[in-house]
Amino acid sequence: MEQAVQTEELRPPITSVGPIGWVKNNLFNGVFNSILTIVTLLFLWKVVPPFIRWAFIDSAWHTTGQVCRQGAGACWSIIAMNYRFILFGFYPYDLQWRPFLAMMILFGLLFYSRERNHWKRPLAYAWIIGLFTMGLLMKGGILGLTSVESTQWGGLPLTLLLAVFGLTAAYPLGVILALGRRSKMPGVKVLCILYIELIRGVPLISLLFMSAIIFPLFLPEGVTFNKILRAQVAIILFTAAYIAEVVRGGLQAMSRGQYEAAESLGLNYILTMRLVILPQALKIVIPPSVSILISAFKDTSLVVIIALFDLLKTTQSVLSNPEWMGFSREAYVFVAILYFLGCFSMSNYSRKLERELSRGD
Amino acid sequence: MNEEISINTEKQASEELMIEFIDVHKWFGEFHVLQGINLTVSKQERIVICGPSGSGKSTLIRCINRLEEHQRGRIVVDGIELTNNIKNIEKIRAEVGMVFQHFNLFPHLAIVDNLALGPIWVRKVPKKEAEEAAMYYLEKVHIAEQARKYPGQLSGGQQQRVAIARSLCMNPKVMLFDEPTSALDPEMIKEVLDVMIELAQEGMTMIVVTHEMGFAKSVAHRVLFMDFGKIVEGNTPEEFFENPQHERTKLFLSQILH
Repeated sequence: MEQAVQTEELRPPITSVGPIGWVKNNLFNGVFNSILTIVTLLFLWKVVPPFIRWAFIDSAWHTTGQVCRQGAGACWSIIAMNYRFILFGFYPYDLQWRPFLAMMILFGLLFYSRERNHWKRPLAYAWIIGLFTMGLLMKGGILGLTSVESTQWGGLPLTLLLAVFGLTAAYPLGVILALGRRSKMPGVKVLCILYIELIRGVPLISLLFMSAIIFPLFLPEGVTFNKILRAQVAIILFTAAYIAEVVRGGLQAMSRGQYEAAESLGLNYILTMRLVILPQALKIVIPPSVSILISAFKDTSLVVIIALFDLLKTTQSVLSNPEWMGFSREAYVFVAILYFLGCFSMSNYSRKLERELSRGD
Repeated sequence: MNEEISINTEKQASEELMIEFIDVHKWFGEFHVLQGINLTVSKQERIVICGPSGSGKSTLIRCINRLEEHQRGRIVVDGIELTNNIKNIEKIRAEVGMVFQHFNLFPHLAIVDNLALGPIWVRKVPKKEAEEAAMYYLEKVHIAEQARKYPGQLSGGQQQRVAIARSLCMNPKVMLFDEPTSALDPEMIKEVLDVMIELAQEGMTMIVVTHEMGFAKSVAHRVLFMDFGKIVEGNTPEEFFENPQHERTKLFLSQILH
């Protein structure tokens, strides 16, 4: 009996542990925080139930636009009835399995590449074969696949194409520019500084315009470059300049001793960079790099101004159809979710990568 | 601290030339840091360089593997003259091991990978062989059990021993030590010096910048005193400590030996 009493006495007060303790420490510690908590709760009370009502209870999922207009809730029918156009744009309707399959291959490869211990030679081959297959599926023209001109590409595959290639090409280019900017060779250095400052000095939109309108003027008559390719190059060049500056920051954080240790082993410049400096410098700059990659991913939507039908543009086109006019909230929520999924998986992956690479610290 | 060990009397350095400085000058901007250095180091010779900070002793040994570039005079290492020829420089660096004050291990690599990096990429040794060699040298510096750890998980003394092993993995002809114990806590100095003494007993050619005078007495063939970019005096340890010639040497020794 005595012992039982003693254990009870040793317990911390009920108000400092468990759910009650948590609520007290995190929501009601002090007057100001208590007021904030109450205001927030009131706000959520006013906003969340009506939203749920709008989005789920009163909503229409598989109806026509007319029916939707009678209801009070969200008209998800705009997505259900038009998702093929939103996702694939003007790609021929009965061939849309092809871009779908291409995207699945891409997702599969990306997912498999998540694990660093999969980064071996077979994966490189898988990517090469995968990219080739994706191109074949999109373009067609051989093996009995009907040819589909790139002018008809649109929607999510176009956005992914611009983003995935844009980012994977921009990153190494940015690293090279960063190294060039720190080079001891004055020619290389000046060239890299000029490039970085010029590209950073103009908005992406103007680069896209230049690639779409001005660049063709310089080409001889009859020579044309694919419009998507030109937009792609503009995105790569633009993003690389930003990556370069972030990577330079990482390089500056490296101590002189690391270079000296690598050099005194007899490693040449390329090996020093590849084996010693870059693995450390790039790890430091994972968070800002990912910020740039995420914003570059979203910036691909700017290609609408040169009349490419990316995901955002196909959505807007649906909204200009009289039957669905006025349901922009629903349409944009849908697109926002898709973009969010892309961005969130990037940031999620970067955190995973950071965790794995920080073992040595 | 190593009074009982006295190996310099038994083994004499061979006559073969390893390193030669001929009237070497170097400036950092306007500052004349090396002012006409003449020095020859024979194979298997062990030299300790001491002197006040800023006297140019670190710069001197950093010129040997071209971490610093000299601007006048000639430096010949193992028969190869140091010029701007980057291939020659890399060749010399592969033959000259260097141990730094701040260890400079590669923090992103496990210990064994720190050691195997040079042999794999510079000597083109197969990975498995390089790792076996790495384990051999880790045994040698009494630290094999730490092979899978990362540098950040080791104490300063352990890291410095790893750094020595990393250089040894390249089978260097000369080892340069740039104040190897200056950044260590006092209780860790001995473990590093012991490893260096073992190395000396095996006949390694060594140039050591240090203020560990006990080490100099027991291991060095010659002790050099540098001041203001010049080698003021150089002599056998007995002569150097018992009978210093120059006023500046006497002053320095009185300061350092208390």
